[in-house]
Amino acid sequence: MTTMASVSMPFASGLRRLFGNRAMLFGAIILAIVILAALLAPWVAPYAPNKLSIINKLKPPSMTNFFGTDEFGRDIFSRAIFAGRISLLVSLGVVVISTVLGVILGVAAGFFRSLDAPISRLLDAMMSFPDILLAIALVAALGPSLTTVILALGITYAPRLARIVRGSTLVLRELPYIEAAVAMGLPTWQILARHVLLNLASPILVQATFVFASAMLAEASLSFLGVGVSTDMPTWGTMLASGREYMNNAPWLMVFPGLAIVFSVLSLQLLGDGLRDLVDPRLAKES
Amino acid sequence: MARIVQALLKRLGGMAIVLALVVTVVFIIVRVTPGDPAAVMLGSDATPEDIAQLRTKMGLDAPLLMQYGQFVLGILQGDLGQSIFLNQPVTTALAARAEPTFFLTLFSILIAVAIALPVGILSAVKRGTIFDQIVVTLTMVAASVPSFWLGLILIQVFAVGQGWFPASGYGGPETPFLERLHHLVLPAVALGVVNSALITRFTRAAMLDVLGDDYVRTARAKGAGEGRVILKHALKNAMIPIITVIGLSIAMLVAGAVVTETVFGLPGVGNLVVSAVLRRDYPVIQGALLVVAAIYVLINFIVDMLYILVDPRVRL
Repeated sequence: MTTMASVSMPFASGLRRLFGNRAMLFGAIILAIVILAALLAPWVAPYAPNKLSIINKLKPPSMTNFFGTDEFGRDIFSRAIFAGRISLLVSLGVVVISTVLGVILGVAAGFFRSLDAPISRLLDAMMSFPDILLAIALVAALGPSLTTVILALGITYAPRLARIVRGSTLVLRELPYIEAAVAMGLPTWQILARHVLLNLASPILVQATFVFASAMLAEASLSFLGVGVSTDMPTWGTMLASGREYMNNAPWLMVFPGLAIVFSVLSLQLLGDGLRDLVDPRLAKES
Repeated sequence: MARIVQALLKRLGGMAIVLALVVTVVFIIVRVTPGDPAAVMLGSDATPEDIAQLRTKMGLDAPLLMQYGQFVLGILQGDLGQSIFLNQPVTTALAARAEPTFFLTLFSILIAVAIALPVGILSAVKRGTIFDQIVVTLTMVAASVPSFWLGLILIQVFAVGQGWFPASGYGGPETPFLERLHHLVLPAVALGVVNSALITRFTRAAMLDVLGDDYVRTARAKGAGEGRVILKHALKNAMIPIITVIGLSIAMLVAGAVVTETVFGLPGVGNLVVSAVLRRDYPVIQGALLVVAAIYVLINFIVDMLYILVDPRVRL
């Protein structure tokens, strides 16, 4: 129950706790590096991601190519940086869609008793599909593109947020000040916007961070399978898929894109864990 | 006893509703395809006659409600439709590929539990020690590793490098059973290790929760040995969240199996789905989704029933 401690905390004490939690700080720094590298890709990457140089093909890591080159002589380091853009863009889109859907469904189920049973059963049904499988099916139905991958994963992860939001809303609804607001005859939308949604911010933020991490892993899997984002820009998943064929002679083709995924996802997990501890110190002692 | 039966019936009712919704969701997914699914499936060189023929074959000409009715009726009769590209019933295609997926999932969950239970328990008992800190860090890292990437690394090290295990394939029906299972070692380790992370964390948290409880202190005060306190008194009470997360992990394992099967070239359900997606073989996608989700719902039901066995206080 992550809701009850969601009282807004003074900024300074929040910062102090952030720096007190070394794991979370580590996560935040890694994530900042990944985001900055992606945003500043054209300036950070030493080469254009698709620049061919056949004479330099399959070169091991060196001072000119930090992560080596691929079968077309393209610089893996530059490609990995540009791939971060797609990965972050997709994951961010997924977080936005799943949060919007999740909040609507979760608040509706938690606040309006008559809607609880139908929405909860629908969420149960949606969560019966393994995430990748549901996303693959949706991408197959909608056609593979950046938008459909975001949409498919957004729909796939919406129930996770909806469950958390529903649980928190159920608790909030019983609190005296919400009952008072209802008794005072405040319009429902005002109660929801002012009193319910604001108090849901912390649990949503925590869960959204974990969805961000899952979306990143899922996007990589979809790209690896060849059913993901189809652009001429590399993604970590497609880099691994094409690097596979050369992994006997050029293991760096699979090492670096894989590490990029691991570090990005790890940073989000650390951040999510730290945020959860900040929001609900009761849980901190358990993990 | 009557209450157990009542709880059972209530759960069965809930399961039926969720299954009905699963069927509806699967039906909708294929129908949200922009344009004509038949045209999409046949590609750009199909003639209008071909498309019309496939539409009739797939029953896409009928009104939507009628299509839904036929879909449900078919499922009730065990008919999941006909694969367009394999030219065989979807149920046959799924059955032919069930074995590798079943054993892959089974072995992965066994590996995950075999790692997670002892490590999680020990980590909770030795809370705050270096061992505990290493476990917490490793579970965090393991949860961030894509299972397909770990699979690629295992292939590189243990198949290509050491030659201990085959790098891909499964062998046909004529291959001896044990040899077929030999093909599953690396993929099962890849999936199992990644999925052990979550179960370890839950086991640790659940054990920490109960280790501080009064009855554990009482048991210790009575002079019960530490092993007995941990395994009999604490673990028994920590089992509910642990069982729940194992149940949840099975869904994650199936999702992981889709990708892992592709990495290891295993002819399982995951591989079937991926090739069906690439060929737009909608009936196969639809059938596989349905079967996997139904199995998941069933596992959840079994998990709920296990609660009753493990904890007599639970009466749902």
